[in-house]
Formats: sequence, structure tokens, C-alpha cells
Amino acid sequence: MTVDRQSVRASRTVPNSLPASTPFPAIAQHPGSLLSVADLTLDHIAHILARASALESEDPLARAHRLAKRKIALLFYESSTRTRTSFELAAKSLGADTTLVSSLSSSIEKGESLKDTGLTLRALGAEAILLRHPNSGAPWLLEQVTGLPVLNAGDGMHEHPSQALLDLRTILACLRSGVTAIAADTLSGVTVTITGDILHSRVARSNMLLLPRLGAQVQLCGPPALLPAMAAEVGPGIRIERDFDRALASSQIVMMLRIQAERLAGLQLDLDEYRRDYQLTAARLAVHAPAAHILHPGPIIRGLELTAEVADGPQSRILDQVRNGVAIRMALVERALNLHTSAVSGAAQ
Amino acid sequence: MNPAAPLTLIRGGRLIDSAAGIDEKKDLLLCDGRVAEVATPGRIRLSPEDAAHAVTLDATGLVVAPGLIDIHVHLREPGQTHKETIATGTAAAAAGGFTAVAAMPNTTPTNDSPEITRWMQSPERSASVRVFPIGAATRGLRGEQINDFAALKAAGAVAVTDDGHPILRDNIMREVLIAATRHGLPVIQHAEDTRLTEGASMNAGTLAFRLGLRGMPPEAEYGLVERDIRLVAELERESKGARPHLHVAHTSTAQAVAAVHQARRNGLRVTCEVAPHHFLLTEQHIGCYNTHAKMNPPLRSEADRDAMIQGILDGVVDAIATDHAPHAAHEKEVEFERAPNGITGLETALGLCLKWLHGEWHLPLSRVLSLLSTQPAALLGFKGRGTLVAGSFADVVVFDPDVEWTWRAADSRSRSRNSPFDGWTLRGRVRYTLSEGRIVHSA
Repeated sequence: MTVDRQSVRASRTVPNSLPASTPFPAIAQHPGSLLSVADLTLDHIAHILARASALESEDPLARAHRLAKRKIALLFYESSTRTRTSFELAAKSLGADTTLVSSLSSSIEKGESLKDTGLTLRALGAEAILLRHPNSGAPWLLEQVTGLPVLNAGDGMHEHPSQALLDLRTILACLRSGVTAIAADTLSGVTVTITGDILHSRVARSNMLLLPRLGAQVQLCGPPALLPAMAAEVGPGIRIERDFDRALASSQIVMMLRIQAERLAGLQLDLDEYRRDYQLTAARLAVHAPAAHILHPGPIIRGLELTAEVADGPQSRILDQVRNGVAIRMALVERALNLHTSAVSGAAQ
Repeated sequence: MNPAAPLTLIRGGRLIDSAAGIDEKKDLLLCDGRVAEVATPGRIRLSPEDAAHAVTLDATGLVVAPGLIDIHVHLREPGQTHKETIATGTAAAAAGGFTAVAAMPNTTPTNDSPEITRWMQSPERSASVRVFPIGAATRGLRGEQINDFAALKAAGAVAVTDDGHPILRDNIMREVLIAATRHGLPVIQHAEDTRLTEGASMNAGTLAFRLGLRGMPPEAEYGLVERDIRLVAELERESKGARPHLHVAHTSTAQAVAAVHQARRNGLRVTCEVAPHHFLLTEQHIGCYNTHAKMNPPLRSEADRDAMIQGILDGVVDAIATDHAPHAAHEKEVEFERAPNGITGLETALGLCLKWLHGEWHLPLSRVLSLLSTQPAALLGFKGRGTLVAGSFADVVVFDPDVEWTWRAADSRSRSRNSPFDGWTLRGRVRYTLSEGRIVHSA
């Protein structure tokens, strides 16, 4: 094999001029969709929070007329308690009809594709689809093929935007009670530590992309196997602190995450070591973060990432998060089905 | 399609034949599937009866070059005809200016036998251009039992590989290299240490973390390239005279190209190819989970992409090969992690190379064409191809080098449409493709 070694030393222009090629839209196409927290402007966030409060305090009978007889499909390819139930209650409390399609009791089991499932739901009258799926990015595909507003209720290891919004509502209630305006400095001076299985967590990704936009510092804590160093490069306002005690000492908010056994893909973890280094105990809390608020997206595994004492203790906001979930999801369902109306009524707040 | 014309005269074109060191206006006479004469314009004289039945092609203002040769395509036949057939895949090849393609063995069943190797070359497949099968290195691509290379070669196989099932076990790879060397066959390795890429669907790194996708680390590629080079070096030391030829398929990482470069400096017979998508696209093109940006090896970082360009400009890269990998629309229109790897490439390769390698990065036209024809022909030992000297095969591409046009995947001759370059501006339009004297494409 002869190789032409006559080297060309032409001034090589680095090919920045190369065209982009992304047939899928870079952001959600339907204005009512919520696929990633990156799709939301601060104005959108402020509006969603305002609608959540307004709908939560509205008379239930009046509220039930807002989306009366509108149809929303809940498409679940993974199990869920909180997200599914709160979305369902949220939709129903606005008067919408909901139908649940789960992968274990539908034609998905027979091999029906996401595209065909989506088209079927649309033909059955669904006006929006809420999707939980084990594959990252699945909501983009569903939106692309159905043209319907899609709410991402958790996609693989990617994002869980409604969870980040309800976490934000919880954090604001803890630290900024009475504040209604949302700006780039609303959470300045606040450090939120997210501890545990960051690598596999869609909740962590949505929170680390959302909270810094309101001025918070997100501090990630965990062992390298569950928290690769590159996590800090995902966006601004994110840093890594491997020492849990030091992380606690600088935090106003501590978010604990479950180890996602179903996504470990062969990764071996020494759980005793994990407990020693990262379990949130009452003793640890008393020494390093006696005033911090404890969040957890659930499901919690008592005795692993945190002790029962902490879960049930006075600093725990875990059940507040669940309550906030219903309010936030009312706002999101309303936005998905009725963006125009909700914008008008939102302006009247 | 035209029947084989016994005589074809291509007049007035700019002949670029880097193998012969020619870049000037020449007339070309093709007779009975071979190049009969290359002459100064106007000098070829035909007898009146020859002139009466000769086909004359006016190539004024066009480039005439040896037909392009793609040493890495997936024609999907036998067995996966909903994606592509040998007929449709070679029609796409002809439209892209290719006159010979080397077909990978990951068909159904696997091409690990002389019967399938011969079947693929049978006239009943209705191929537009020459198909050179690449045989499976091991039975069923399982990396355990080595195939009968003598029989495969006798049936027409031009190399052996386990393709997307890289040979990880040192002893098996050693045996494959020894047996292939004995029969004068190159060993092609898709370099991927699959122990490091389980469940992964894109390049490892910050973007994969951000998108929640498992990543393939660059070391999965270059680690295996380095292992293979070490085995080649050991075999060269042990055996007197016999020289194993290792060909690294679709290199995508800077370190892999550097390892090939170093191996050659050390006198080893190690070659590599780069696909157009690896010198044009990066992992950023995945955007919102675009499955047309999913292939294996994956699109890498900007630094790796730049290293592919540099490797081409510096002459380290031996060939441009497309890794043409057709998939049906319904197979690609699924969740990113579930989508099959690969994109089509036969109809876009020349236009992308002319637009970017030549047009933007100033690689001389003769070198672009050498990377697309002369060098790949030499790499797989295609005698009489990759050049247009008298006596060689009448495999010719005639193209307009300056015209810019927009590629529409919907217009593809391939059975599949999975091209990330849909809507891109390409440069250079193929006017005629002749395979062994027959006009197999004209536009």
C-alpha cells in the first residue's frame, strides 16, 4: 500500500462553517409541551409557579370547569407512584378526563412502537400526552410523531422537569416565603446540595439545569462511580464536593437521591461504605446542617440514603414536595391543554 | 440501463488519474470493458464502422476519473432486503460515482461461506457495479471458530472481518491474522472494545451525561487498535517474511489515527479509513436525539473530528469509505437508544469530499480522488482498478466538479433514506458512471 505522503500544509480553516443537521427541533415545538427545563424561560417559570398557586387555592368546583371533558393520556413505560398519581389528580381536579396506558397492560407488551402508541392515543382523542419512558429523549420522538403537547414525566436518565419545578416551589416556600417575582437572583446565596446517584438521576439533571438560573449554587455530592467529574460541566453554577459533611455545612437545601439499582448496569457498589460516607443521619444533620431543609424526590429507601429519623424528622420537606407536585402539575396540564387561556388568566393574576 | 457498448469514446474531459500521474485534457477510448486508449484530445481515430456504433460522451468541462471505490458498505443482502438489496445498493453506488464496493459480511445469514460469497456476486443479483464480498473472519461472527480463508478467497472474498462484532480475544485475533496473511488477505477490524461500550449509544463525555445517554469512551476504539498493532508487530517479529495487513475500519478518534501513523513509521502494514461523517460531524449533531446521527463508531468530539481532517490532509488516512449502512425508516424512527446504528453514504461521499476536503480545506482534486479510488483499490488489491491506464477496467466516473446542488435523501436510489446530510449543499455532480464499460448511471 503506497501512501501519498506529499503533505498539504494548506492553512486549515477549522470547519466552524459546517451546517447543523438536526431534523428534530432543538426545542419543544408545541408551546404547551414541557420536555426539558431548558425549554423554559424565567417568565415561563414565573407563570407556572403563579398558576400553581392560583389553581391550588381556587374553589375545587370552579377549578373543575377549567378543563372539563378535555382528554389527556398518561403513558407510562415505567412504574411510578407520585408522578403518575399527582398528574392524574391534577388533571382530574381541573375537570379533564384521563386515561392511563401502562406498558404492562397494553399492546406495548405485544411490541407496538412508541410512534404507533402515540398515534393511537391521538386518534382516540387525547389532546396531550404525559410520558414516562426508560429511554432518554423518548418525549421528543413522541412529540415529533404526534404533534401533540407532550409533558415529560421522566425520560431515562435524562430529565424530570415537573419534579424540578415542584422542587423549586418547595425551596421557595422554605427560603423565600412570600416572594412571587422570579428573577435571575431570586435564589442567590442559596446552596442546594444534591447527594447520591447523580449519574443515573433525571431529577438531578433537571434540578442542576434549573436552579442555577435563579441564582442558586448547585453542589453535587457522591462517589465518583455515581458522580463523574464531568457532571460539573453540564452548566453554570454547578460544583462537586465529595465530602458530604463539608457539603452539608454549606447548604440550605439538601436533596437526597435513591441509588437506582435498575440502572446500575453491572456497577458494583459497597453499600456499607456508601452508608458510611453519604447516608444522611440525624447526627450528621445536627452537627453540620441543623437548619437545612431536606428534600427527596422519592421513592425513599429508608436506611440507605437517609435514616427513618431524618425522613420523618422536623427538617424533612418530603411530603411538602408531594403536595407541591399536584399544584405544579395542575399548572402544567393547564398549560399543555390550554396555553392561550391560561396565559390570559395568568395575566389577570 | 444501456447494454454494454463495445466501444465508448469519452471526449474532451479533464482526466485525473493520480495512479498514472495524469491531470490534463485527454480522450478516453473504452473497448469491451477495458480502457483501450488514452490520448490527446482529437487524436483517437475510429474506423468508419467503429465510429458508426461507438457511443460518444462529451466530457467538455467535466472531470474524468477512475471510478470511485468504497471498501466499506453494507448491502444487506442476503436476508435484510427491507433495508437494501445488492441491486438498490449498487444503484446508489453508481449514482454516487462508485464502480466497486466491498460488502461487509453482517448479512442474514452471515457471509462466512464460499457459497454466500459467490451468491453475492452472481449476475442474478443485478448489481450495477462490481461487488467484492468481505468474508466473515469467524463462524457466524462469534469470534470463536476461524473460517476457511482459502475457500473464501477462492470464491472472491477480498478481506476478512468480524465487522461489528470485533475480535476481542488476543489468541483468536492472532490466529486470524496468521491465517489471513497466509492467504494474502487483509484483516479489517471494527475497533471497539465492546466490554467498555455495553448499552452505550453515543460518544462518552459531557454531552452524553447531559443527554442521559451511556457513552462509548474513545479508549474503546484506540485501545483495540493499539492491541491489534501490538499483535501485528509480534507476528512480524516471529515470522520471517510474512507481513500481516491490518486495516482499521472507520477510525473516529485522534488516538486511533495516531496509533496507525506510529505503526506505519515502525514499518508495519497497517492502514485505516475515515468516513465522511467522521470528518464532518460531531456529537453535537445528535441535537434532540436525532437517530440519523447515531452510528458506530459514534460521532465524536470536535477535537476528534478535526484530527480526522488533519489525518486526511497529512496523508495518514489511506481511504475515504462511507460505511453505507441503510436502515428502514421505521427502524430509525424509534427511541434513540433503541435505534440501529448507521447512515447511508454512497450518494453523498463525492459531493461532501469535493465541497469540504477540496473546496474548503484545499486538498488537491487528484488527492481527493486518490482517497476515493486509487488508494482503496490498492488497499484491497483490486488489480486494474483505481486507474485508467490502457488495459485497466473501464470503470469511470465523469463529473462536473463545480456545480453545487442540494442533496435530498428522498431522491436516493438506496432503499433507505437514513442520511444526516439531507438538505446539505454538495459540490460536484456525477454525469456518467461506467462500470466495466457499461453506462450504469447518467444524469
